[in-house]
Amino acid sequence: MNSLSTYLIISALLFSMGLMGILQRRNLIGMLISVELLLNAANLNFMAFNRFLAPDPVIGQIIALFVMGLAAAEAAIGLSIILALYRKMHSINIERAQRLKG
Amino acid sequence: MDTAGLDILNQAGFWAMVALTVAGASIAIFPRNILYNVLGLALCMTAIAAIYVFLGSLFIALMQFLIYVGAICIAIVFAIMLSRPLHLEMPPRPASKVAMATAAAVLFFVAIVGVVLKTDWTPSAARVADSSLWSVEAIGRALLTRYELVFEVISLVLLVAIIGAVITAGLSRRLSS
Repeated sequence: MNSLSTYLIISALLFSMGLMGILQRRNLIGMLISVELLLNAANLNFMAFNRFLAPDPVIGQIIALFVMGLAAAEAAIGLSIILALYRKMHSINIERAQRLKG
Repeated sequence: MDTAGLDILNQAGFWAMVALTVAGASIAIFPRNILYNVLGLALCMTAIAAIYVFLGSLFIALMQFLIYVGAICIAIVFAIMLSRPLHLEMPPRPASKVAMATAAAVLFFVAIVGVVLKTDWTPSAARVADSSLWSVEAIGRALLTRYELVFEVISLVLLVAIIGAVITAGLSRRLSS
């Protein structure tokens, strides 16, 4: 089917789109969405290497599963932090969350 | 249908999924309305699940669909819907910051593509071409033997995340009221 480079380039494209999203958004939920894109690009890389190069194809799938579990935990914590921050500041613009600025 | 026709159909399906992935990712980062972003993320995750099927793992594809589309996207939608003012307008982004973010992302993409194309990828010498290793049974066996500690630690992390989310969201309500 397609070569390894095809999948790697797709995942690099996905990662740079996520990177761009996380750098330019000022909305915390938008940044959380971009983080999910980054995690998915990494997952796609694991699965591609697993399909074409790895000695044992079970390992890559297990790592992909673990990344998904951690992404779910991260989304739950992130959303609750965003909700708490919104109640305090009445905004989810991160440029207004500067209370820790020295 | 002959094999050549099937192959063309296969390729067409693959590139359609790649196009859907990129379209979903653009919808996820560019529009200002946060709800469009979440729907774009759901589209992107569904297309990536289809790419996992092309990579030979139906189980991971189903898990991707279940966890990302079914859990994470829905959770984000609920967080937006339940607290109405979360989708209030943001001030417009300054053009210089957008330009710098785009430059950084393009630089990263060019560097990675250069590395990918220059490297000579050779499969591992110990690689076994056994299709039974892709089955759910093999994954389950590895999860409960060699990776059991990691498996348990992940469940502990999820438990801590649940409790932490409840406390973070619940405690701040009590403090602010």
